[in-house]
Amino acid sequence: MKASGFPYVIPMLLLSVAFFATPLAVLVGFSFIGSEGATLANYIRFFGDAFNFRVLVNTARLGLETVVGTTLLGVPIALLYWHSGKTTRQVIIFLTLIPMLTSNVVRTFAWIVILGRQGPISETLMALGVTGSPTSLMFTELGLVMAMCQIDLPLIILPLIAILSRTPVQFSEAAQVSGAGPWRIFVTVLLPLMLPGLLAGWILVFASTSSSFVTQAVIGGARNVYVPQLIYREVGTLFDWPMASAIAVVLLLSTGCLLVAMTMISRHRRLVGHA
Amino acid sequence: MRDTDKSQIGENPIPAFLYKAFVFGFGGLCVIYLVAPIFIALTMSFTSGQSLKYPPEGFSLRWYEALLDPVRSATEHVAAWNSLKIAGLAVLGSLLFAVPATIGMSRMRRGTVGAIEPLLLAPLVLPSLVYGLAALIVANFVGFQPSLWLTVTGHIVVFGPLMYRAASVVAQGLNPSLAEASTVMGATWFTTLRRVILPLLMPGILAGAFLVFIQSLDNVSVSLFLADAQTTVLPLRMFALIEESLDVRVAAISGILIGLTLIVMLVARRVLAPPKQA
Repeated sequence: MKASGFPYVIPMLLLSVAFFATPLAVLVGFSFIGSEGATLANYIRFFGDAFNFRVLVNTARLGLETVVGTTLLGVPIALLYWHSGKTTRQVIIFLTLIPMLTSNVVRTFAWIVILGRQGPISETLMALGVTGSPTSLMFTELGLVMAMCQIDLPLIILPLIAILSRTPVQFSEAAQVSGAGPWRIFVTVLLPLMLPGLLAGWILVFASTSSSFVTQAVIGGARNVYVPQLIYREVGTLFDWPMASAIAVVLLLSTGCLLVAMTMISRHRRLVGHA
Repeated sequence: MRDTDKSQIGENPIPAFLYKAFVFGFGGLCVIYLVAPIFIALTMSFTSGQSLKYPPEGFSLRWYEALLDPVRSATEHVAAWNSLKIAGLAVLGSLLFAVPATIGMSRMRRGTVGAIEPLLLAPLVLPSLVYGLAALIVANFVGFQPSLWLTVTGHIVVFGPLMYRAASVVAQGLNPSLAEASTVMGATWFTTLRRVILPLLMPGILAGAFLVFIQSLDNVSVSLFLADAQTTVLPLRMFALIEESLDVRVAAISGILIGLTLIVMLVARRVLAPPKQA
């Protein structure tokens, strides 16, 4: 009875190997293609160009800034969830799922409205007298990070909520009875509990931000270029597929290394041992 | 006992108050930050103005009318229809591939599952833009031109794992003796599949279908590389409308998509909600 499951898995396994693993292998191979045979020229050219290198650094920075932003916004929401009753908890889950299931392009569009010259931010700043003329946060990194934080926030909230919903309330009650104040409970009990969820969320947020083509292109604008646009430009405008492949491999490796590092940290005994 | 305000003797009330303010005040603001953009996009779609001024000066349905106009919005209609076709076929494809895989995996040894599963789930982690490029290169090698069918294939590969994951979460919770009991009672494997396994997996399959459909409808980075010029999909069309002219019809499309998401979510809550007494 034990091995009888394998035939069912074969179709999807074949699909994965033929249409997923193979293309990726080809992509990696393609990135080494030069004018005469196998070469590292594409990589050397990529890292040798100061502009490209800056794009890579900008992409990593955007990812990190969004990770920090989503953490600062997500942890209070998780705490709110923790201290709420059943109904409020369900409302929080529902409100988290709405943006998550709403199209990315729609969310990006919403941010165009918010960040624009005639948007609520600009109007508020004018009404408060902070700025005399309409200000736009479009095409700025600040605006992009604000948008990315909202767009990716569910990715960090959901793992946190998943952990907190199966944590008994007694955990913090015990600390309270022992005389710990609320801040102490937060730092010494709740935060360590949340840590595996935070790590999972950070991976998702970083991966999503660094490859969010539409939002980056529309809100970042032409002056703030990130790796995905660079890849698309090599393919669509310059038709340099080997170069595009090399950049894709760099993106893949940098996200992949981070992923592996985070996974290893989250499996570390001392971090998850007491959770 | 859940509240933190059960201050004990000697406890300083100021940090306790600050904590409450942090959780309920700042936490509440964070929730607003999370949903306000959706609300803003929705109200924007009812503007009577020509521009994306917010708050809108007046309300009207003019942008919805413009969007429904078959002449003026012909391209958008084609794009929407293409997107629906692709998403529907992607759901069908992921049913065909991922559901059997889920059933198979639930019958295999833990070690084997652990060895195969990462390969099946890998597309979820990989930036789909990278996958789109890889698929385009290979398709070009084999001599396939970008097309609707190529896009559908790409979507099945990238989003099928969502179906697998949603269904396997349910499968892991199932009691294997239910299927065994059915077999012992003399049911053929097909009867067992149809009458026992599939009904039990249904909540996971529905959740998976919902996720695949939504993700496929929204995907830009795979369609960007794999769709041909005739197969404009809705998110790419919206992207173009936003980049070119900030056409307010985008607000109306957004409004419709938000409305659809809400409806489907409410339906899903009804259908997928576990029985009250459970």
